[in-house]
Amino acid sequence: MLKRIFAIFQARNREFLRDRAALSWNLILPIALMFGLSFAFGNDRDAYTVGVLQESKAINTDDHDFLKTRYIHFVAYDDLDLAMRKVSRHQLDLLVEFGDPPRYWVNSESPKGYFAEIVLLQALSGKEALIEKQQITGTAVGYADWLLPGILGMNMMFSCLFGVGYVVVRYRKNGFLKRLRATPLSSFEFIAAQVASRLVLILLITSFIYTGTHVLLGTRMEGSYFTLFLIAVVGAISLISLGLVISARVTSEELAGGLLNIVNWPMMMLSGVWFSLEGAPDAIRTVANIFPLTHVLNSARAVMLDGATLADVAPSLLALTAMSAVFFAIGAKVFRWSQD
Amino acid sequence: MTIALEARNIIKQYAGVLAVDGASFSVREGICFGLLGPNGAGKTTTVEIIEGVTTATSGEVLYYGEIAGAKFRQEAGIQFQNTALQDFITVRETIEMFRNLYDRQADMGQIIEQCSLGDLLDRDNRKLSGGQRQRLLLAVALVNKPRLIFLDEPTTGLDPQARRNFWDLVKSIRAGGATILLTTHYMDEAQVLCDEIAIMDAGKIIAQGSPEKLLREQYDGLIIELPISDLTDDLSGIAHTVLENLGIIEVVTTDVSKTLQQLTPHVSNLNQIKIRQPDLEDLFLDLTGHSLRA
Repeated sequence: MLKRIFAIFQARNREFLRDRAALSWNLILPIALMFGLSFAFGNDRDAYTVGVLQESKAINTDDHDFLKTRYIHFVAYDDLDLAMRKVSRHQLDLLVEFGDPPRYWVNSESPKGYFAEIVLLQALSGKEALIEKQQITGTAVGYADWLLPGILGMNMMFSCLFGVGYVVVRYRKNGFLKRLRATPLSSFEFIAAQVASRLVLILLITSFIYTGTHVLLGTRMEGSYFTLFLIAVVGAISLISLGLVISARVTSEELAGGLLNIVNWPMMMLSGVWFSLEGAPDAIRTVANIFPLTHVLNSARAVMLDGATLADVAPSLLALTAMSAVFFAIGAKVFRWSQD
Repeated sequence: MTIALEARNIIKQYAGVLAVDGASFSVREGICFGLLGPNGAGKTTTVEIIEGVTTATSGEVLYYGEIAGAKFRQEAGIQFQNTALQDFITVRETIEMFRNLYDRQADMGQIIEQCSLGDLLDRDNRKLSGGQRQRLLLAVALVNKPRLIFLDEPTTGLDPQARRNFWDLVKSIRAGGATILLTTHYMDEAQVLCDEIAIMDAGKIIAQGSPEKLLREQYDGLIIELPISDLTDDLSGIAHTVLENLGIIEVVTTDVSKTLQQLTPHVSNLNQIKIRQPDLEDLFLDLTGHSLRA
């Protein structure tokens, strides 16, 4: 069995690596995006973001005049440690709590925090003596730091979904799968070879892009490389398996393209590739959790930006493993060799 | 003699179409068996059911007396009419990949020599000519030292020289002891290569046996063929067949001289008359009422 899997694995690798156009696209697109967006938005986002420490998840602007300030995005937090960490990383410009007494936390090294503090004190109209100030220090999480996991994840998603889903449909349509069916190769062996081939290739490509951008842009890495690699492995397997489910029976490349887009566009928008869903409605965040990419990006950012440990990201890894098992089982069960 | 392959009452029903209607035949070990029929006769569907790549509605396939299964997959070599191969992969890598899918493995050097692929080993699959590609597909069918080989329209699209070279190759494989099941449109190919044939039409096997036996049973004599345009009046009193699409009439006779004397008063020009042995094309026409290549 392993010999047959390796035969298909090796042939698929050669086919991909010798297709210079496809290989270049897989490498150049994410690198160009990473450098282009870092250059364009490297000075961080324009809007101010202020955390509000409270039990309720909804911000009520009637609670305080400061909450009515324009051009500030208010996000509710009920976890003080988490919110303080975000202030230290410059992901929040300011953190306020309208308790008794009212308190606020500001990073003394954050330029935007400095201005947000002025706005807060102005909104208090000279009652600053009543508010308690807490100093936090810590260097900023740059846009490139935040963006890198998103770009890597997006490239992984496209490569896994299209690199497997589209190719399997093409093999089915041109009769190559039918020819393989006439051999002792089983559907399980064929699918396992496809998963293994794409997994190795995408890990090599992702590692290459990560190393290049990490070295050249000096992106932040707070956690363990092993944990990050593990997230990439489990995440890629889940995305490849999802691609196999979509392509398991489809015989038209056009239909496959449409179905793959139905999956990848919501992931692009809701999984946190380009912007954080922090502060988004609960319904959207719940929906986002059904996508493998959401778990990949959340756990990768936690490791890279916050130094999360393996235990911290274990729930995401378990969710991805469960998704992979379900997708793989469905894919192998409904897999069809030919167009008939 | 040992029966290598037996198809029993194969039926394949697609929505609104009965593609194969109870096809049954058996193939003796070591022979080249030809399955003949026009497009749409159901022969490719029948062969694909036997090969295990299409599921039959009913019926069964026996390989050396047992239901065709894992042993069949290990021991059968298959050349489809149209098989796409992977892009960016060389001839050598393609053969090696398929070879590694089997427990039984033929010697690489022997396959390469047998199929004359020595000069093409490092060539990308996409850059092969039609004949080279057919030789590669045959090599892929031989990677497991098959006891039974399926060749589906193997010479379609090849030039006459390449076809004859391919025939020599098939003969050498058969001489090595393998059983061959060949489907073809070409009657000359079937007559050169096949020990036995089955003729299929509208999903049914309508005749089976050696080409010589079938022709002997159907015909007693020679065929006289002449253009319709050379007739001066109708041939009342002379048994004949009109082939409108070919513009000819045919008369089967055991006494050529006597028949020519009967025909002469009705024909304006005797220069176009042909006298020939009946062939499989004639046999098919007489059995089904339409041309084999229609």
